[in-house]
Amino acid sequence: MNPPARTAKRRFRADKPVVFLLCSLPLLRLVLRAFGVSSLSLGPNPVEALLHGLGLWGLRLLLLTLCVRPATVTLRQPRLMRLRRMLGLWAFTYLALHFLTWLVLDRGLDLSGIAADIVKRPFISVGFAALLLLIPLAVTSTDRWMRRLGRRWHSLHGLVYVAALLGSLHFLWLVKADWREPALYITAYMALMAWRWWKRRPGVGKSPMQPLRQT
Amino acid sequence: MRRTQASLQPLPSEITPPERYFNRRDVITALAAAGAVGTGIPRNVLAAPLKATRNPRFSLNEDINSFEDITSYNNFYEFGTDKADPAQRAGRFKPQPWSMVVAGECAKPGTYTLEDILKPHALEERIYRLRCVEAWSMVIPWVGFPLGALLQRFEPNSKARYVAFKTVLRPDEMPGQRFPVLDWPYVEGLRIDEAMHPLALLAVGLYGQTLPNQNGAPLRLVVPWKYGFKSIKSIVEIRFTERQPATSWNISAPREYGFYANVNPAVDHPRWSQAQERRIGAGLFASKQATLPFNGYAAQVAALYSGLDLRRFY
Repeated sequence: MNPPARTAKRRFRADKPVVFLLCSLPLLRLVLRAFGVSSLSLGPNPVEALLHGLGLWGLRLLLLTLCVRPATVTLRQPRLMRLRRMLGLWAFTYLALHFLTWLVLDRGLDLSGIAADIVKRPFISVGFAALLLLIPLAVTSTDRWMRRLGRRWHSLHGLVYVAALLGSLHFLWLVKADWREPALYITAYMALMAWRWWKRRPGVGKSPMQPLRQT
Repeated sequence: MRRTQASLQPLPSEITPPERYFNRRDVITALAAAGAVGTGIPRNVLAAPLKATRNPRFSLNEDINSFEDITSYNNFYEFGTDKADPAQRAGRFKPQPWSMVVAGECAKPGTYTLEDILKPHALEERIYRLRCVEAWSMVIPWVGFPLGALLQRFEPNSKARYVAFKTVLRPDEMPGQRFPVLDWPYVEGLRIDEAMHPLALLAVGLYGQTLPNQNGAPLRLVVPWKYGFKSIKSIVEIRFTERQPATSWNISAPREYGFYANVNPAVDHPRWSQAQERRIGAGLFASKQATLPFNGYAAQVAALYSGLDLRRFY
């Protein structure tokens, strides 16, 4: 497969605005629920509802980001690659808000308690580590940084695999007994990693998709 | 803020004839005919008012949670593991007719109908704190009678050192039981002196009416100084035993949930702190509050555990 022709006419494509809107819907719904718009509500435990809603959607979007390349290759739709950055940034947005909700609404900015939790509670440690790993990726997601870092950009952004694994473990680790949903995410993660490993196995030449310029 | 002041909450003043209470089945039939059953409405549509007098000795002067909060935010894994599941999926559960097996080390084992069980007991209302092991809490106006008074009727013998409880197993009516999240049926237990303690309540109602299905209809335990999972719901068996009985959460994760499960801010759950709790209904911007030893009932129950290492026997 070849990268899309550079000479293709610039014309309006709806894919990015549509995906942007779709990604914003869960957040919009949480905001409407938080403000009690038209009988929506966050329910009896609003802090938990907000915290879990943001975390879950962050993790889902992060895993969806990892689906982009397999989907691009398998469906032979190079244009899909254009959506990856936006998905990743939306995932980061949800996860950063998840963290802020925990910091401010759940822990009430009790800094010593927060620090103790991050150190003492393994599920919080891994969640926190995942978010930290995502910060440099969000910062270097611009075209400028891609050009500046060149090949190193790809090595750096390999951290997303670690972050997604830690994020899935964070979820698995906090449930009491019903591991079905976190297990689903971990299975998805492993399937996506297996696909990558399969594509990189010896004898298969270079990755079939050359890095694309994201416009 | 969807909470009301305890002292303002009116009690049902009408005397409810027992026929009315025990004829909930007729109500159910009537509702079924009207197509109102099984719609998943989280309302206590089958509720019957109960005659109960508030027992001031056992009632808190704290804000009571709203009926809505108490009946829509539940941990009752038999109906699903999401807090909203029980209210949405308990509609098909039939709490009438009901009977309970009494077995083990006692003089009067047998099968007792709910009517047999309730007949001699005067119902009372008690406002208790409920502290979940997940670090949230509510204040609930239960209607029930002391567990000890019922247990005495079965004349436990000297070998009866523990009491084991079992929840009904009905996967047809309890969709959560179709997947082994826990080892069904749910089982719980108390030491006999804990079970005989005047604070241990058998509840048949809340807010002056019969228990909604999602809250453990028709008969549930309430042990307010222990984490909520000890307060087993929809009880079908009581067994007096010599040995400490197995308990569901302890089977599921022995390092995390002990047999005693007394509320204790000084002993953390291995994965999270138990020092604080979030009061349900307090809103998005309320801060957490400190958890009290034995959930605030230390003066009444701490003596039960003198000499027991509460770190080891969590």
